[in-house]
Amino acid sequence: MNAIVVKNLEKTYKVYQKKEGVFASLKGLWRRDHKTVHAVSDVSFSIGQGEIVAFLGPNGAGKTTTLKLLSGLIFPSAGEATVLGYVPWKRENEYRRRFSLVMGQKNQLWWDLPAQESFRLHKEIYRIDPQQYTRRLDELTSLLEVRHLIGQPVRELSLGERMRMELIAALLHKPDVLLLDEPTIGLDVVSQRRVQEFLKYYQVEQKTTVVLTSHYMKDVEALCKRAIIINQGRIKHDGPLSDILDRFSNYKIMDVQFDGDDMPRDFSQWGEVIECEAPHVKLKVPRNKIPEILTNLLSRYRILDVGVQERPLEEVIAEVFTEQKNEAAHSQNEKDMLHSTTD
Amino acid sequence: MIASLRTNWIILKTSVEERLVYRGDFVFATLIRFLPIVTQIFLWGAIYGIHTSSPVKSIKSYSYHEMVAYYLLVMVGRAFSSMPGLANGIANDVRDGTIKKYLIQPIDMLGYLFWARMAHKLVYYLVALGPFILVFYLCRHYFEGWPDAFTITAWILSLMMAFLVGFLIESLIGLIAFWFLEVSSLIFIYMMLNYFLSGHMIPLDLFPEPLSSWMQMLPFKYLAYFPGTVILGKYSHQELIFELSIEVVWIVILFSLNRIAFHRGIRRYSAFGG
Repeated sequence: MNAIVVKNLEKTYKVYQKKEGVFASLKGLWRRDHKTVHAVSDVSFSIGQGEIVAFLGPNGAGKTTTLKLLSGLIFPSAGEATVLGYVPWKRENEYRRRFSLVMGQKNQLWWDLPAQESFRLHKEIYRIDPQQYTRRLDELTSLLEVRHLIGQPVRELSLGERMRMELIAALLHKPDVLLLDEPTIGLDVVSQRRVQEFLKYYQVEQKTTVVLTSHYMKDVEALCKRAIIINQGRIKHDGPLSDILDRFSNYKIMDVQFDGDDMPRDFSQWGEVIECEAPHVKLKVPRNKIPEILTNLLSRYRILDVGVQERPLEEVIAEVFTEQKNEAAHSQNEKDMLHSTTD
Repeated sequence: MIASLRTNWIILKTSVEERLVYRGDFVFATLIRFLPIVTQIFLWGAIYGIHTSSPVKSIKSYSYHEMVAYYLLVMVGRAFSSMPGLANGIANDVRDGTIKKYLIQPIDMLGYLFWARMAHKLVYYLVALGPFILVFYLCRHYFEGWPDAFTITAWILSLMMAFLVGFLIESLIGLIAFWFLEVSSLIFIYMMLNYFLSGHMIPLDLFPEPLSSWMQMLPFKYLAYFPGTVILGKYSHQELIFELSIEVVWIVILFSLNRIAFHRGIRRYSAFGG
């Protein structure tokens, strides 16, 4: 069964274009140039119950806009979506009791009060059964190792501790759908890993449907099997994380250890040199040429060790984004000229 | 129903706790608010010329004593009706996105703010009650005995409704932030207007006609002037019932306007911002 179904979702904004300078600002008082921004265009996907999916894309790709649509914060310009059978932007209370949105850069907790006060308020707002509340709070605080901190004012907590408290607040009512927007932003490596481990454990345990956006590929690799890549408001890829490498990476990394100084002077015929410290060389080679190159090298030189690896996911995705950005920059320039409107 | 009452009770309790965090600052701010009344007493003493050989008997039906009593009572009225930071708070929530919290959680923003404000007021009364009693005791000679029970009841009602009118007007101004992100100058204008339209500056009947009558048709007088003059015996029992009924009508109107503005604002926010 699908928990989230999105069909041809679109969201366009009109943005006021402010020109530089005082004169332009004065002009802006009665005449404003607007530009239409397609934050999300024709996005369709569905997510099964209990699935955990990553939304990947550079800044401004439309990830957060999609999450905002799913949590009912904004209306779409066109298209439909249902989450747990509800239309999110109708904002029914029954729906609001069944999902949570955690934004890494926003907090929901009362700043000057201990987190437990905020939790108690959530208990009432979400109508959580008292016994269940105690049990869940106990479980979550011990899993996230913050039990000793719930009596301390939130403003005195570190960023990592605060984020874990935010997660608890978001999970107390046992949401069926959890939307996470950059949950580990700004956290140190230890806190990041703790949040990852917790989310992984929690998701398996509770079968919660999770949609996650993150810039840290480590988060994504640790948590998700499936990824949706979104760029310029459009879906570029939807499928297993491992497919991204097959699809977008035409290269592999090859590590060769030669025996002594008997090695080629020039590698350009095989691939791009990443690192060369004789007798060891690291090459970026086209995927389909690997057997050929290996045979070639082995027949001509004495080789002690060879290793072939995938390139880091992070690098591949960054490459996909830059390529698309360059492509898009051209067409967007032309579009802008046509679209720029004046009210 | 009971569940939502419980929720409101917890909001109230949590807000009280939050309010008590910075108690030093709070107590100080509360006490400093009594300072202006001292200047008012001196100012009106000079206007009436009480230390001269021929003091003024009355200005438009207000004797010197009544005038000072008016300011003391306005102070009480404003303790109920003034809402420091409410409009600004709403505007900031809209601008920095805190408002998302109210749209994601199953909670009504205006209701939530109402109970939080109620908590602020309750804590304020707790701290200010002692000083208020002291000031009124010291100034007791400005009052001419106790009014009848009916008037006192009307006065208490007028104070409670002053809280509602004050809350609804300020929250309505805060909600304008959905359309214009920057409302601080608007709030400043409102505060200036409020200062004389509510009777905070001088009693509304000191203004010349027809200005005075016009001003009394607006809801602002319920913030200070009305609760201030009830005890002074400026109204007959029938007039009190009439005034209180009009006030109820204003509350209904302002409440509806708030609901409409909130609903439309959220629609706009969802369509353009978010």
